[in-house]
Amino acid sequence: MALDACDRLIVNRLQRGLPLVDEPYAEVAAELGIGEAELLRRLQRLLEARVLSRFGPMYHAERLGGGLTLAALAVPEAELEHVSAKLNAFPEVAHNYARAHRYNLWFVLATETPGRIAELIAAIERETGYPVLNLPKIEEFFVGLHFEV
Amino acid sequence: MIDATDRRLILATQAGLALVPRPYHALAEQLGLSVEEVKARLAAMLERGIIRRIAAVPNHYALGYTANGMSVWDVPDERIRACGEALGALACVSHCYHRPRRLPEWRYNLFAMVHGRSRAEVEAQVAAIAALLGADDRGHAILYSTRILKKTGLRLAGG
Repeated sequence: MALDACDRLIVNRLQRGLPLVDEPYAEVAAELGIGEAELLRRLQRLLEARVLSRFGPMYHAERLGGGLTLAALAVPEAELEHVSAKLNAFPEVAHNYARAHRYNLWFVLATETPGRIAELIAAIERETGYPVLNLPKIEEFFVGLHFEV
Repeated sequence: MIDATDRRLILATQAGLALVPRPYHALAEQLGLSVEEVKARLAAMLERGIIRRIAAVPNHYALGYTANGMSVWDVPDERIRACGEALGALACVSHCYHRPRRLPEWRYNLFAMVHGRSRAEVEAQVAAIAALLGADDRGHAILYSTRILKKTGLRLAGG
C-alpha cells in the first residue's frame, strides 16, 4: 500500500509508544492534528495491509522470566517450505525469517521458562530431522529505537 | 515476576491492543477488572521493562526497507564490548548482540542488523562498519532475509 504523509506521521509516532490514559488514541491524534476516528481508521488499514506487523504492548520475554534465543537451521532449499511449516507450528517460534546462507532458516524462540528452551530445541530437532544452531544472546548493545519513514 | 492477573493481561493483549477509543476500558471489561487496575498493572510492567513499549511494530519490508541484512562478525572475544558499542551507535544498526561461536559450524560472535532500501545501501553500510572495526574484523558475512515466514512476537501458550 502507498503511504501518504499522514500515514507516515502515524507510523513514526506510534513506534514511540501509546500513552496510558483513558483515551490514548485521541491524545495521539490531537498531537498529529487529526481526529481520533481518522487515526483509528488509518491504524486499522496499516495493520490490515501489514505495513505494521502488530500494535500493542511489546513484551520482553526474559524479563517475564522466560527463555529467549536466536536459532538457525541449514535445510536443503527444496525442503524449506516443509521444514518451515513444521517450525511455525510451534507457538514458541516468535519470528522466522528465510535468509540467503547455508543456514537458511533463522528463528527466535520465546518460552515461558528458561528451561523450556532446551526441550523445545530437542523437539524441533526431532520434528525436522536437522540439528539446531542455538545462539542465545550473551550481551545486548544499546541501539536507537525507531524506524523513520 | 508476574502474577496470575498480569498473565491474563498479557494473554489478552499479546495479539494486539483493541482499536477502540478506550482500549484500556475494553481490556478491563473483558477481564473483569477496574480500568484503574489495568492501567496500574500496565504501568508497573512498563516500569519494570516487562513491557518495552505499547507501540506499533513496523514491517520494514512494507516501509521500503527491502534489504535487511543480518551482518555477523568474528571479532576477538576480548574486544567484543568495544566493537558492540561502536556498532550499536551507528544509525543503520537496529539491533546489536554478542552471541556465542559454535565452532566449527559458526565462527561469528557479534551480530548487527543493518537495514537499507537496497542491497547496495546495506553493502556500503557494512563496508563502513568493516572500516570502523579495522583489525578487529577477522571475517564477516551478510545474511539477507529473503522472506518473513512468521512474525507474531511473544506468545504465551494456552489461555
